[in-house]
Amino acid sequence: MASTTTRLRGLVWVVPALALLGIFVYYPIVENIRLSFYSWNAFSPNPVFVGLQNYTDAAADPIFWRSLRNNIAYAVVSLICQVGFSLCLAAVLEEFVHQKLRGVLRVIYFIPAVISITVSGILFSFIYNPQFGLLNRLLGAMGLERFQHAWLGEQKTAIWSIIGMSQWQSIGYTAVLFVVAIQRIPRELYEAAKVDGAGAVRSFFSVTIPMVREMTTLLIILTVSGAFLVFNEVMVMTAGGPSDSSQVLGTWLYRNAFLADNMGYASAIATVIFVLTFAFAILQILVSRRRRVEI
Amino acid sequence: MTAVTSTSASTPIAANRATRGPGWIRRAIAQLFVGLILVLLVLAVIYPLLWMVFSSFKNNSELFANPWSLPGELRWGNFERAWNAGVVRFFVNSTLVTAASIVTTTLISAWAAYGLVRVNVPFSGPITGLLLGGLMVAPTVALIPLFGLLQRLHVYDSVWALLILYTAFRIPFTTFLIRAYLIDMPREMDEAAYVDGATRTQIFWRLVLPVCRPILVSAALLQALFAWNEFAFALVFISNTENKTLPVGLMDMQSRLLTEWPVQFAGLTMAALPMIILFLIGQRQFLRGLTEGMGK
Repeated sequence: MASTTTRLRGLVWVVPALALLGIFVYYPIVENIRLSFYSWNAFSPNPVFVGLQNYTDAAADPIFWRSLRNNIAYAVVSLICQVGFSLCLAAVLEEFVHQKLRGVLRVIYFIPAVISITVSGILFSFIYNPQFGLLNRLLGAMGLERFQHAWLGEQKTAIWSIIGMSQWQSIGYTAVLFVVAIQRIPRELYEAAKVDGAGAVRSFFSVTIPMVREMTTLLIILTVSGAFLVFNEVMVMTAGGPSDSSQVLGTWLYRNAFLADNMGYASAIATVIFVLTFAFAILQILVSRRRRVEI
Repeated sequence: MTAVTSTSASTPIAANRATRGPGWIRRAIAQLFVGLILVLLVLAVIYPLLWMVFSSFKNNSELFANPWSLPGELRWGNFERAWNAGVVRFFVNSTLVTAASIVTTTLISAWAAYGLVRVNVPFSGPITGLLLGGLMVAPTVALIPLFGLLQRLHVYDSVWALLILYTAFRIPFTTFLIRAYLIDMPREMDEAAYVDGATRTQIFWRLVLPVCRPILVSAALLQALFAWNEFAFALVFISNTENKTLPVGLMDMQSRLLTEWPVQFAGLTMAALPMIILFLIGQRQFLRGLTEGMGK
């Protein structure tokens, strides 16, 4: 009996963390799924059960699909830049750059990642500004006036401009993670490749890429799930406009919940985001578990 | 050798190899090419930030006439104006929430991590799963129910709401970080203290926390980065301007200052600087936290 109470006293260690998580993380998730089957808003005290109505509404909502497409565009560009380009950048830093300079470059490339998205979002909305923005001036200086745009004000360019800002912010971050992964590759593998007559390009493909596979997989999953959670930069730079052309799932949720007071529908969008990102998270666990078994 | 030349014959490096020019020429051309790209990238990263700083010293006519140039004079008045237009309030709020959430998050997480790794906590397997499982939950998904919940708890529209959420949503990551560190620590150390009659609580405060200092510093820095920059919760759960933190406050200022661009630039500079400085001072700890957090 005494031993049971002492054992239960051990719970003291985890109760604060569990309580906070239970109330503010897990309960809202479950509650959100429940609420997505109701029609309700902030002013109606009695939510009406509507079954899958909110989900069929989403399926019929062109802006829902446009948001999803924008999220996918985000994912594709981010994969190319934050996984593909960052890996090349990391490899180049390790292969060509002198050690001292390498440290400095790494720090510089990383700086955008520590700036708040609001700051970089507003800053880039100034860079994209048609009156004094750097981008149009740069294009003008190069004689490319026909490519000048009101970047955030035009339906065709808004989402791409936001995506561009996001790459500026994140490439250095993933590159640094790749650098760490590359540094863990045993040097002998590169020596062996050199002996076999492989140049820098060749050993990048035959040594570096296979040896950082785990980090690549992990970053692919994180990048894609991050792309489905995008919210801040869109909110700051366009709030989804013009004419909802740059909506993503997160901002469409926000708009429906807190501006249009269409809470039930917004909960359904949140559930869609949850299912998507949860699936990626499970994938990530499976990948890292397999990795642990291999080691 | 033939395979190598045929696969990459289009690059200048390979072309050189095909003509069997001296090694150093090939190397030099490659270095030059790579160097050029790296420098361009440095410019692309740094220039927007320099532009932000330069522009915060200009006036509107200077900004429009010559956006590229250095400011004609250092107009500190822009910073003063931004500071008084609200930045001071947002700054204080951000600092409070960030500092407080560093303390709560690291303490609660270290407490839980130590319990799970060293103390015989019942159901420790499932509990660990629950705590780390929080990593899979995205804040956006919880926004709507939290809105009602925080109102019922009477913390809506106060910095308390942010403190609670910034703690709760960061416990999984921070616990994960500290737990990984504790697992690698030799058990003998705290067992010896235990045998000497110290209680678990004493061991936690006097032995474990000091020994974990390196990872606690990393955890604190990453928490600072998160709390200082967090946007979604701050946007939805704070409505009174007085209670806003920097990220949302800056947006607020944007709509109030309208065309006073240089003043806005000054506000951005002031908001970005603390984290840049913190990163430059603690880069090693930052990077350790990040790479450990990615899983070894």
